[in-house]
Amino acid sequence: MTKPDVVVTGLGATTPLGGDVASTWDAMLAGRSGVSKLTQEWADQLTVKIAAQLAVEPSEVIDRVRLRKLDRSEAVALIAAAEAWADAGLADAGLDKERLGVVVGSGIGGAQTLLAQDDILEASGARRVSPHTVPMLMPNGPAAFVGLEYGAQAGVHAPTSACATGAEAVAWGLDMIRSGRADVVIAGGTEAVIHPLPIAGFASMRAMSTRNDDPEKASRPWDKGRDGFVLGEGAGILILERADHAAARGARIYARLAGAGMTSDGYDIVQPHPEGTGAARAIAKALRDADLAKADVVHVNAHATSTPVGDIAEIAALRSALGDHPVLTATKSMTGHLLGAAGALESIATILAIRDSVVPPTINLDDPDDALTMDVAAHKARPLQIAAALNNSFGFGGHNVALLFTRP
Amino acid sequence: MATREEVVTGLAEILEEVAGVNPDDVSEEKSFTEDLDVDSLSMVEVVVAAEEKFGAKIPDDEVQNLKTVGDAVSFIVANS
Repeated sequence: MTKPDVVVTGLGATTPLGGDVASTWDAMLAGRSGVSKLTQEWADQLTVKIAAQLAVEPSEVIDRVRLRKLDRSEAVALIAAAEAWADAGLADAGLDKERLGVVVGSGIGGAQTLLAQDDILEASGARRVSPHTVPMLMPNGPAAFVGLEYGAQAGVHAPTSACATGAEAVAWGLDMIRSGRADVVIAGGTEAVIHPLPIAGFASMRAMSTRNDDPEKASRPWDKGRDGFVLGEGAGILILERADHAAARGARIYARLAGAGMTSDGYDIVQPHPEGTGAARAIAKALRDADLAKADVVHVNAHATSTPVGDIAEIAALRSALGDHPVLTATKSMTGHLLGAAGALESIATILAIRDSVVPPTINLDDPDDALTMDVAAHKARPLQIAAALNNSFGFGGHNVALLFTRP
Repeated sequence: MATREEVVTGLAEILEEVAGVNPDDVSEEKSFTEDLDVDSLSMVEVVVAAEEKFGAKIPDDEVQNLKTVGDAVSFIVANS
C-alpha cells in the first residue's frame, strides 16, 4: 500500500525569541539569545536563576477572563494554533470537521496550575480551589482546548514523552493522516513550567546550567564549557495536511513531512545511551519511512540541549545513522529548551531552513568539544540548499523521535 | 443586612471579575447562563465569591434554583 503524501501548510509559535513564527525565525537567523536572568523573588533561593521566558506575554494576546480559565501551557498552545490555523488559510476553507484532528502534547502539563491551586488549598481550604483546576492541569488540556477552538472531531490526542513530546505529536499527526483518520491535523507541543518547583527538580538532577551571571551564554550545545540546559517556555504548532487535500484547496506548502522514526532506549530513565543507539535506530527508521538515502539529508536540527553526555551521544548517533556530511545546528542555544514544545518548534526551524536555504546558527559554540567531529553552523547562519533535513528529539524515559522534512 | 441594590452591585462586581460581564448588564431579571453567558464552572466561582462577600451559605442543591440574578439576590437577602 502506498502511503499518502503529507505536507505542512501552516506554522505557528510563541517563543522566548518572539510572539510569532516570523519574529522567532528572524531572531534565530540573527543569532539572538532568548535567555535572561529570572527577576522573580522566588528565584533567589534557587541554584538556577536563568530561563528563556516568553517574548510576548499571553495576557497581551488573550483577554483576562479567558486567561484565568487556562493554564499557561494551554494559553500558549492556543496562541500558536491560532497563528498556524490562519497561516494555513483554514479559516475559510470549509473544512469537514469530522476530518480534522489534533495532536498536541506537553512534557509536564499544567504544573503551574497544580502548584498554585495547592497553595490556595493550603492557605484557604478546599472550598476555595478553583472549579477550573482540572481542565487547567490535565495533560490533555492543551490538545482539548485547541480541538474545541477549531471544532476538531476526528480525534484529539495528547502524547507525552518528556522532551520528545512535540516531535512525537508531529509523528502521530503523520500517522493519523496516513491511516486515513484525518485530512488535516493540528500538531505540536507546548510547555510553560518556569516555576520554582520544576526548576528545583531539574536543578537537583544537576541537569541545568548555573551560568547565572551570563544568561545569554548559558545554553552552549557542544561547547566544552556547557554545563546543562536552560529551561524555556512556549509552543509550536504545525498544520499537517494530506497533500492532495492541500492541492485541491490551493494551499501554500512549506515542506513535505516525508517520514518519522520512533524508538525507545530501554537503557536508563534519564541518561541517554552513551553511543546513542536508540537515537540512531530512530533516524534509520525515519530514513526507511521516508524512502530517503543517508546522503539526501544535508541538514540536522539536533536535539543538543547543552548537557555534557547528551550532546555527544547524539553526535555518535548521527555519525552512525547518517555519516559525517550533514550541517548541524542546535537552535536551543538561542531558545533554551522548551521541553515538550521543543520538537515542534525545532520542526518549524527545520522547515524554514529548507524554505529559505539557510541553516540557523548555533551560538556560544566558542570552544567545540573534541568529540564534535561534524560540521556545525557556529555563530552565524549559513546559506545551504536543503533538499531534506532531519529534526531529532529525545526525552527522559528513553524516547527517541526523528522527523524528516523535504522540499515540496 | 445588605439591601437588594447592594447585593446586585456586589454580584455585578463578582461577575465582572469571574466572567468578564459588564456591570451595566447586570440586573435582577437577567439569567446567569442565557443572558450573561456564565458557564457552569464559572457559576461555581460566582457562588463561592458571593458566599464570602455576603456571609451567606448557598448549598449546592440550591444553586440550580438560582436562574436569575434576582433569584440569587432573594436567596442572599433571606439567608445572610
